[in-house]
Amino acid sequence: MNLRIIKAGILDTVQDAGRYGGQDLGINPGGAMDKFAARVANILVGNDQQEAVIELHFPAAAFFFELPALISITGADFIASVNGEEVPVNQPILLSKFSILQFHGIKDGARAYLAVHGGLDVQPWLSSYSTHLRAAVGGFHGRSLQKDDEIVLKSTKDLCPLIGQKEFQVLPWKADDNWREWMEKDMLILPGNEWDRLTDISKEKLLQHPFYITTQSDRMGYRLQSDPLLSVVQEEVISSPVNFGTVQLLPDGQLIVLMADHQTAGGYPRVVHVISACHSRLAQLQPGEAIRFRITSIATAEALLLQQEQHLLQLQNACQFKLEQLLHAY
Amino acid sequence: MNYVIPAYRIFPLGDTALVIDYGNLVDEAVNKEVMSRFAQLKNANLPGVIEVVPAYSSLAVYYHPPEVWKKRTRAMTVYEWMKDEVGQLLAQPVANDQSTERLLTIPVCYEDEFAPDIRALSATKNISVEEIIQLHTATTYRVYMLGFLPGFSYMGEVDERISIARKPQPVNVTAGSVGIAGRQTGIYPLASPGGWQIIGRTPLKLFDVKKEEPALFKAGDKVQFISISKNEFANY
Repeated sequence: MNLRIIKAGILDTVQDAGRYGGQDLGINPGGAMDKFAARVANILVGNDQQEAVIELHFPAAAFFFELPALISITGADFIASVNGEEVPVNQPILLSKFSILQFHGIKDGARAYLAVHGGLDVQPWLSSYSTHLRAAVGGFHGRSLQKDDEIVLKSTKDLCPLIGQKEFQVLPWKADDNWREWMEKDMLILPGNEWDRLTDISKEKLLQHPFYITTQSDRMGYRLQSDPLLSVVQEEVISSPVNFGTVQLLPDGQLIVLMADHQTAGGYPRVVHVISACHSRLAQLQPGEAIRFRITSIATAEALLLQQEQHLLQLQNACQFKLEQLLHAY
Repeated sequence: MNYVIPAYRIFPLGDTALVIDYGNLVDEAVNKEVMSRFAQLKNANLPGVIEVVPAYSSLAVYYHPPEVWKKRTRAMTVYEWMKDEVGQLLAQPVANDQSTERLLTIPVCYEDEFAPDIRALSATKNISVEEIIQLHTATTYRVYMLGFLPGFSYMGEVDERISIARKPQPVNVTAGSVGIAGRQTGIYPLASPGGWQIIGRTPLKLFDVKKEEPALFKAGDKVQFISISKNEFANY
């Protein structure tokens, strides 16, 4: 059965948890910007957490389902509708055949994830389904989704009896949609190796001033706008490793936060790193929004990340149980 | 043979990676040590480690903290545990890894059509185009690391007489373009925005997603450029 794109979005790509093992060849990990939301989307429909999902930016694509399907939408809330009727995020939805899924506006967030029960039948490259746009490989033919593309769905389960005569049905269980409230508003950071290159005044500014996300922000990184920060040393950094969430100081005194499609190495001072537990929230910010940084400890960063993992595990167990009940009832 | 373990420092790269740093420098001996440690750490199969990535004078170990959480004692962080494990491995001497050192001959056409910046380099450095080609092909370069783009090789070091700063703003660069930035030379495997000064182009495909080993170069490779004509380029 196929999932057809009936209207293209601005940048909709197949992604997963990322491509690891190729950074020594300059192949960046990529993957979903909001990996937490992508995993939740899979969990809700009973998929493996690493299954391929579709990452949507607004304006997003419109989809036509040839057969019944079990789907979920997580991450950003782009006001989704099925056959014209609004449907919620963070809940599994059963669709009847010939359903049309559309998105109407940004209510919240920057990237939405669409998961389909059974997964998407796309070719992995170097063990990942993520689309590598620059190398034009992975995901759906190495590119963003276009009108009339047809993605084959892997599910062979006949969902017709489940949906019956209804057009669609929102299933009664949901993932926490207050994920952004879990943590304080501040973006928690750890000092980077070149933190001490900042002058004392610039360190203070970094911790006290808001940093605005500019429109020069994409899957590679967010360029931030603020009073320029000053460095005490001008010595060049020989190209060295960076990470998702690494915040670099550019020569003009502005900051850039590295995101999913960041390069494998960089030559700018790594002043701070946004901790992993904040990456989901970071990935859902839009240009114009402000970031406030607050220093934390590695111990706290690790504990928060573990908490997130445990939350996902609990959600997975609960969803598996409910899905099995549902699927076995017929 | 006396083996002296070079001085290094370990620091966190956020909460999911650590960096082993031998100093902020371009040095062949240091880079060889980095490559030996890369091989050692990659083969060590430390728990929770996702990948090991070498650079010029440092290497990163990326890990998934929840996988290591139960292994550490309560008094220490996952980072401290990883740092200890890595430190124990680094305390063991390793032989210089020779396996990655191959000599690759790379044909480059330096004619104007493929070398948008060669005239400017000639004017800036007050050196003829012929001398630029002669100097660029006279050295056998070392691939210090891959990065920036899939398969992009950072090679060094070019003769001081053809060394030139990168452009202030990136421009669109064609795949196969050979560039210079400071004392480094490199080839763009894919079309991309870039700031290196372009002095030629190779007809070789440096990155092929269809191959099991998609990148032509590996860190540690030796590279020799040879000058070819436009005609040879077209028939390559």
